[in-house]
Formats: sequence, C-alpha cells, structure tokens
Amino acid sequence: MNPRTILALLTRYVLLYTRNPVRSFELFFWPIVQLLMWGFVSTSLRNQGGTGAHGFVPSLIAATILWDALFRSQQGVAISFLEDVWTRNLLNIFAAPVRMSEYVAAACAVGILRVVITGIVLVVIAWLAYSFNLLQFQLPLIAWYVNLMLFGWVLGIISIALIVKWGHGAESLAWAIPFMIQPFSAVFFRVQDLPPWMQAVSWAMPPAHVFEGMRGVMAGQPLDWRHLGVAFGLNAVYFLFAGWLFSRTLASAREKGQLVKVSSS
Amino acid sequence: MSAPTLEIRNIVKRFGEFTAVDGVSLEVRSGEVVGLLGVNGAGKTTLMNMILGLITPTEGSIHAFGMDLAKDRMKILRRSNFCTTYAALPGNLKVKHNLIIFAKLYGVDNPKKKVADLLELLEITRLSDKPTGQLSAGESTRVNLAKALLNDPELLLLDEPTASLDPDIADKVRKLVRRVQKDRAPAILYTSHNMRDIEEVCDRVLFMHKGKILASGTADEITSHFKEDDLEDVFIKIARSGQLDGLLPAEKTDFPAL
Repeated sequence: MNPRTILALLTRYVLLYTRNPVRSFELFFWPIVQLLMWGFVSTSLRNQGGTGAHGFVPSLIAATILWDALFRSQQGVAISFLEDVWTRNLLNIFAAPVRMSEYVAAACAVGILRVVITGIVLVVIAWLAYSFNLLQFQLPLIAWYVNLMLFGWVLGIISIALIVKWGHGAESLAWAIPFMIQPFSAVFFRVQDLPPWMQAVSWAMPPAHVFEGMRGVMAGQPLDWRHLGVAFGLNAVYFLFAGWLFSRTLASAREKGQLVKVSSS
Repeated sequence: MSAPTLEIRNIVKRFGEFTAVDGVSLEVRSGEVVGLLGVNGAGKTTLMNMILGLITPTEGSIHAFGMDLAKDRMKILRRSNFCTTYAALPGNLKVKHNLIIFAKLYGVDNPKKKVADLLELLEITRLSDKPTGQLSAGESTRVNLAKALLNDPELLLLDEPTASLDPDIADKVRKLVRRVQKDRAPAILYTSHNMRDIEEVCDRVLFMHKGKILASGTADEITSHFKEDDLEDVFIKIARSGQLDGLLPAEKTDFPAL
C-alpha cells in the first residue's frame, strides 16, 4: 500500500466534508440527539423509581457513546464509497492507479476521523449534561473503542461489497446494517436478557463482548480480559471474512460489468 | 516500426448469452490516434472499460507497454489515463482541489505546478477556484481532459469527449487532442459519435458493429469501401442494416491488417 495514495484519498474526503455544511451538520446532529434522548430518558426513569440499579444511567450514556463509535466507523467506510457513487467519481478512482486496499484503508481512516470528532463532542456533552466522565475508564475505554471501530470497519466493508453486488437498490443497507446487528450486540441490555437462540448469536458478535465488559467495569468489577480477548479474536475473523467477501464481490462485479454500472449510473 | 503501446488480441466479452465484444484485435502505437466508431451498443465502451481493467474479458489478452493487463494493471494505469462522459469529478470541490488530488493519485511530482500548467494549456485557469459542480458542459469536459493529462499519459483513452458540447467547444477539444498528440505523442484511442471528430482527429478508424470490427483504415478508405460519400453515411448504413450480413468483416477488406 502506498501511504501517499491513502493520504490523497483521505484529503479528498476531508475536503468533501469541510466544503459541505450539510455533511458536517449530519456528523454531529444525530449523535447529539441520541445522547440527549437516551440520557434524559434514563435519568427520568431513575428519578421516577423505574430502576434503582446502581450505574443504570451512566451505563446507558456510555453505551450510547460507544455504539456511536461503531456506527460512525461503519458510516465512515460506507458513506465514503457512496460519496464516490453519488458524484459519479467512482470510475475515475477505479481506473486510476489506486489499489482497492488503499481505497478501503482511506475509507477506514475516514471512519477513525468521524469517530474521534463525534466522540470528543459526545464526551463533552455527557460531562456537561449528566456529569458523566467517560474518560475515567482510560485503558479499557481505548480497548473498547478500538474493538468497536474494527467491527464498524468490517460492517462498512460488507456494506460496500453488497452495494457493488446489488447496485443502487442496496444503498439503504449502508444505514440499515448496523441496526440489523444492534439487537444482538447487547448495547443497552445484558446478553442474558435475550432469548437463548439470540444469546448464541450475540456471543458471536464482538460488540456484545465489549458492552458486557463495559457494564462489568461500570458495576465496579475489574476489567474482564477474557471478553476483550474474544472481541479482538472475533474481529480478526470477521475482518478476514469482510476482506475476502469484498475481493470476491469486486472480481465478480468486474466479470459481470456491474462495477461500471454502479460507477456510471 | 515501434512496438505497439496498446495491443489487443482476440478479445471477447460475454454477459451471459449476450456477446458485447466478439473477437476484437487492435493495436495503437505511440503518436497515433485511432478512432473507434460505432452505433450505440456496438461494444466501444465495453472495450474501453476492459482496457481500463474495469471489466474482465471472457477471452483474449490486452497488453500495454509490453505488459499484460491481467498481471500488471497498476503499472499500466500509472502510464495511462482516460476521459469519459460517464464519469465526473466531485461537484462541491474546487477544480484545483480535484485535479491536485488526482495528480497525487497518479504520483505526479509537484502536483500544484502541473495543475496550473494544464489549466493554462486548456485555457481554463479562471476556473481553478470554481466548484466543479458549477461548470458548464464544455468547462467540465476541459477539466476532465486536464485530469486525463495529469500524468503525461503514454496511452490516452478518450470516450466521447465531445458529447454534449457545442460546435465551438467541440472544435477546441479536437484541436487540443491534436496538439497533445503532436507535443507528447501518446497513443490515443478515441471513441465518438461525432464523424467530424473522427475525420479531423484520427489517423485511423476502426468501425465496430455488434461487438466486431467491420472495417479499419483511414476515413477515406472506409467511405470508399462502403461506397458512401462520407463517414456519416457509412454510420447510418451500418446502423440501419441491423445485421452484419453484407458488411464485410475487417479481415476480408483490402485495408491494412490489424
């Protein structure tokens, strides 16, 4: 991979965002709305005696912020690709000396930027609105973020592969895919609260291990390294699968002429 | 005679039962402009996309600069470029930003200077700070041509570069292509529906129909072969024939073999 190529692609994405106020607005608007809504709903429930569980409100706030990391990471990859589709620029990119690994790496870097920028804003709002300091978790927090970003990349790469395979009709998957896996990710509830068959699926999802570990730490338990280790291991497997799927889909799209259809229609 | 810059041998592309390109062979040499002419669906754009590696051929081989496209696509693309009406540059970026980014993708040294020089060459320096989405069709074409010339390509693919342009701008584009050919001597493959483009710009013409090359030669050779007054009449004759019967395949003509 050529770092200059990745940097050039990343610069382009940054320019696309900074020169489009609507894109920048969208970057902040939804995460802030989510945080405020979930934060005040949980505060209200606690104040009405709906839940007396210790750490209920902070858990929901932390879960909201961390889920957003996964979502932003996935969106960073998928929307970067769609930007090229919408602007009819994909043909220019795919016919330039740009390796697909470089293209995906740049899209993943966009994911990192989106996660960092929205993450900072959400941490500040959580502190101001709920006196909740997410940064207190230090090293575990970094490990959770890394795992969720990795899985976001995986979902982003799968989203691109499906759009290439099925064309414009599949664009909505770029937004839908994270929410398809959300019930299995145990973001706002414990895995044990799910029906048995869903629990089995849930344990195969890296985010479920992250959020279970997070709830444990927030309940005052020491960091469960086993959960973290499983999350990293699963992410590695899913990453390999996403890479394989993307590579296969691209080869098939070149074979069927689908790449040109997606690029130029 | 120098080795061909682009060499295509017996290329076939099938999409299921449909054969889009059927056993096409061609060569384009440095300094030569070869026109690819044909009605809609003749297979011109599919052929172009195969040369760019966007579509995988079913059979046959494509070599550029002596390298096999299937094995050395990245090396070939670094020395090639293209301009097509089917692609655009992001509309909310300034012209100079789009071009500088592509210059970097093509590994151009000193991208800013290169972009400034090309904008001057194409007489569009005034557009440098304009958002690309606000350009007229003619301005967009010239910006796309600037993108296509960023890396001083030795192989240049131009897919209908004058489509949707008024005669004045189309004339300027044709002159520019001629100038690029004279100054830099790339091998140019040029598709168009505009007969004037082909007659003015191309040294040699390949006439495609239903995925095959029917004839090749200069514009005059082709018109006399089909016993018509000009290329436009040949075009109409082939388009209305609806079939290949009666239209001699290239290897049966008296024109120079490909």
